Amino acid sequence: MKRLLSLTEGVCITLALCACAVAPPSHTLTVFAAASLTESFEEIGQQFEAARPGVRVFFNFAGSQQLHAQLEQGARADVFASANVKEMDVAIGSSLVVSGTQRVFARNRLVVVYPKGNPGQIAALGDLARPGLKLDLADPSAPVGQYTLDMLGEMSQDDSFGSAFKDRVLANVVSREENVKSVVAKVQLGEADAGVVYSTDVTGQAAKELWTLPVPDRYNQIAVYPIAPMARAPEPALARRFIDWVLSPVGQQTLAKHGFITAD
Amino acid sequence: MLTAAGTPLLVFLLLPILALLLKTSPQTVAHYLAERNTLQAIGLSLTTSTITATGVGVFGTPLAYLLARRRFHGRTLIEVLIDWPTVLPPAVAGLALLMAFGRRGLLGGLLQTTGVEIAFTSAAVVLAQMFVAASYYIKTAEIGLAAVGCDLEQAAALDGAGSLAIFRYIMLPLAWRGIVGGAALCWARALGEFGATIIFAGNYPGRTQTMPLAVYIGFEIDLNQALTLAAILLVLSFGILITVRAILRDAPE
Repeated sequence: MKRLLSLTEGVCITLALCACAVAPPSHTLTVFAAASLTESFEEIGQQFEAARPGVRVFFNFAGSQQLHAQLEQGARADVFASANVKEMDVAIGSSLVVSGTQRVFARNRLVVVYPKGNPGQIAALGDLARPGLKLDLADPSAPVGQYTLDMLGEMSQDDSFGSAFKDRVLANVVSREENVKSVVAKVQLGEADAGVVYSTDVTGQAAKELWTLPVPDRYNQIAVYPIAPMARAPEPALARRFIDWVLSPVGQQTLAKHGFITAD
Repeated sequence: MLTAAGTPLLVFLLLPILALLLKTSPQTVAHYLAERNTLQAIGLSLTTSTITATGVGVFGTPLAYLLARRRFHGRTLIEVLIDWPTVLPPAVAGLALLMAFGRRGLLGGLLQTTGVEIAFTSAAVVLAQMFVAASYYIKTAEIGLAAVGCDLEQAAALDGAGSLAIFRYIMLPLAWRGIVGGAALCWARALGEFGATIIFAGNYPGRTQTMPLAVYIGFEIDLNQALTLAAILLVLSFGILITVRAILRDAPE
């Protein structure tokens, strides 16, 4: 009888301890962030959670245009981090974000990637216009897709490429992906001969399978990333704290570590 | 009592469909039907689905006949293999097709040396649709074929008819409901295929951007275009289902 009692006590105490350990978080922060921010923001999220016990950060990574569409249809979020100013401006226009609360927190640049082994035999940027090359780009509706078109436009204005360059490159496009990570995946798999992604996307596993061709600054597009709290955020104070963290030296260092150009 | 218990689910099924139709005005549909992108997506979808249904019909009928008539070892395994793609998440199906037929895939690698590349082509769209929709035809055709009495076949054989003649003059006319109904279901499923298509075939207007892909991308750019395509898809699938029901209902016992 006594043994049974102490056993029961022991079980109860253990269960109580377990209940404390897995207590539901007191606050959940929902961050909608551009797909290219996946690695860096996950690390920032972990830092933020470590500094604030009881807070869980939940991320939704997708093409910025996809995120905006979801927000437009009523998805609840606290923070929106976009890969271009356009989607943020549209969000402000729809009153999802209060004008003036957005801040630029990072910049990015484009890079041409091709599969390890170079099946398309790419040696220089001009090869992108070679007939028969399979190019995978993001859809123009995605920020990186538009940046790519702008970059090609810049190159077409240079005599070394010629005015027909952009059209010839676009004739090689075999697919228009919804977000940059899909482009990375398809080039990584060797399905496409080349793709245009952010330099920050050449990271982790992808870095081992991708070779890169840098784009000179005079054609390269600087992607500007704004971040803002949502107008009707469930956790407005936490949203501001998170944005402060992203803009702080720790946050900026983390972004720089992942290849981003810092805000200033 | 039973009706009351069943009503919530029926309402749940009906509500989104009604909402979609109500949110799409005829003017919107008319406007977008004139757009090149929309017409390309519709044309591609209809063409690929029809090729898929035909291909599945040609290659799937022998399989359906086999399952309807013969007992053999490993029959269960064959049936599971045929059903498997329908249960797989379509994205998984797309990934698997890429691993098999992609440039560095199992078979794709070999094909590439001969200059044949499947991914990112309309052929890839058909393959993705066939992979996920074949089972719909085979299962329904099998039931139709199984319902034909063996004695009729045997009588024909006794009278000297060869297997092809038996199939053409006895089996086909009597099992047509199962065959046509199955083809229609296969067509409808192929029409709605998305996950495997976007991963294996990619997304390019006129070449691989079928209606479901256009709806997905359109949702982010132009909601009205997405709604137009969605409404058309709704009407087409509704029409197919009504037709299939009518065909299969009058089947003799």
